[in-house]
Amino acid sequence: MQDFGSAVWQALGLVASFDRDLLEIVLLSLRVSLTAVLAAGLVGLPLGAVLAVLRFPGSGLLVVLLNAMMGLPPVVVGLVLYLLLSHAGVLGPLNLLYTPTAMIVAQAVLVTPIIAALARQTVADIRGEYREQLQVLGVSRRTEVATLLWDARYSLLTAMVAGFGRAIAEVGAVIIVGGNINHVTRVMTTTIALETSKGNLALALGLGMILLSLTILVNAAVQGLRATAARTAYA
Amino acid sequence: MHEAAALPVSRRAEAEGAVRPLEGLGLRVERAGRVLLDIPELRMSGSEITALMGFNGSGKSLLLRVLAGLVQPDAGTVLWAGRPPGRERARRLGFVFQKPVLLRRSAAANIRYALKVAGFPRAEIAGRTEAALASAGLQGLAGSPARVLSGGEQQRLAVARALALEPEVLFLDEPTASLDPGSTLAIEALVAGARGRGTKIVLVTHDAGQARRLAQEILFLQQGRLVERASAGQFFTGPQSEAARAFLEGRIHI
Repeated sequence: MQDFGSAVWQALGLVASFDRDLLEIVLLSLRVSLTAVLAAGLVGLPLGAVLAVLRFPGSGLLVVLLNAMMGLPPVVVGLVLYLLLSHAGVLGPLNLLYTPTAMIVAQAVLVTPIIAALARQTVADIRGEYREQLQVLGVSRRTEVATLLWDARYSLLTAMVAGFGRAIAEVGAVIIVGGNINHVTRVMTTTIALETSKGNLALALGLGMILLSLTILVNAAVQGLRATAARTAYA
Repeated sequence: MHEAAALPVSRRAEAEGAVRPLEGLGLRVERAGRVLLDIPELRMSGSEITALMGFNGSGKSLLLRVLAGLVQPDAGTVLWAGRPPGRERARRLGFVFQKPVLLRRSAAANIRYALKVAGFPRAEIAGRTEAALASAGLQGLAGSPARVLSGGEQQRLAVARALALEPEVLFLDEPTASLDPGSTLAIEALVAGARGRGTKIVLVTHDAGQARRLAQEILFLQQGRLVERASAGQFFTGPQSEAARAFLEGRIHI
């Protein structure tokens, strides 16, 4: 067990020296989470927009479910996916268990409801403003959804960032379906959990710092983009 | 053309439109037990400018929205050229709101969007956009984000966007209520120009001066009912109803 001060120093040293193992873990984390968020966005953004525009029997219930699913417990998602992907499971033949792909799927499942629910709210707000004008222009439902998504683009970035924050920080699901295998499925969060339990605080802290910095960086970038957009009243 | 030729002469001109004449039959709108609109029969044909006037809460804006198909009445029917409103034919009319609704795009892109949705040929869109911006004196602001324009410029853009579609009917809901006199006159010039090109204008306004300058016909509403319909000259020189007299004299009418 190291004392905290020396652990921090060691951690800073690791980060500053671009330690190969560290870099590999960070890059895998980014690849998994960015891919998951992208996939979740491709499904979640249109889904949210459609739910904001269409009223059909059961749409209210669907919105309640969607909002509830924002709080899906990662370990439960991990467990269900594990059952599906394991050899005996329905998706067993795909041989995806303990691969980065399985981790991407797990994070995408977790993040899609977040992006969809936030997108629905964002699009509903902007629709309140646009509805009558679009109706007068004789816009079809499909064009309405596309228009609202496009005009809400800067606000929707926030939904994507919220999704990314959830994905990159998540540990429960990826550790179950990924298995935390060294050089294969080891990401920042699972490594932090493992190294902490082994008493290797330097690596854990180093990764923690990178994780925090990345999250802050992504948020700052999006905030900057939104501020620019706000100046042109596009946001 | 054959269909039109078979009709009596008086109806021939009207029959050519997809949304004209505008008709309302047994229109009734209630909210929380209160009657907001109760108009047994209304028919608007021809291409004069019609102003809807009345006190706050008289139902002018509501009637405008009902006629434009934006609000579904609780009872009664709206007919555009004899048929109920439909999305495709909504493209034949324009609507300008008191607070202009502009998309989060440039001024030019706002007009291009409307033209594209209305199905104008791709080759015509650039030219028509340019002409529409020029008509509103906005050619220098084509690339500017629409929502950073001044209030007057935004409303001119909204009117230009509506007119770019060459609508048969243009509805305006207090389009100059929050504008300065210069911007108001600019909007009025656009509206008068559209009338000259054959567009029927239905305008809600509180401004008697504006109605006098623009309108040939006045519909006066009170508590959701149409209490007076007269030519502008007649209305302003000798209004028939007590409510309209009070309105014109600036009295508070209870």
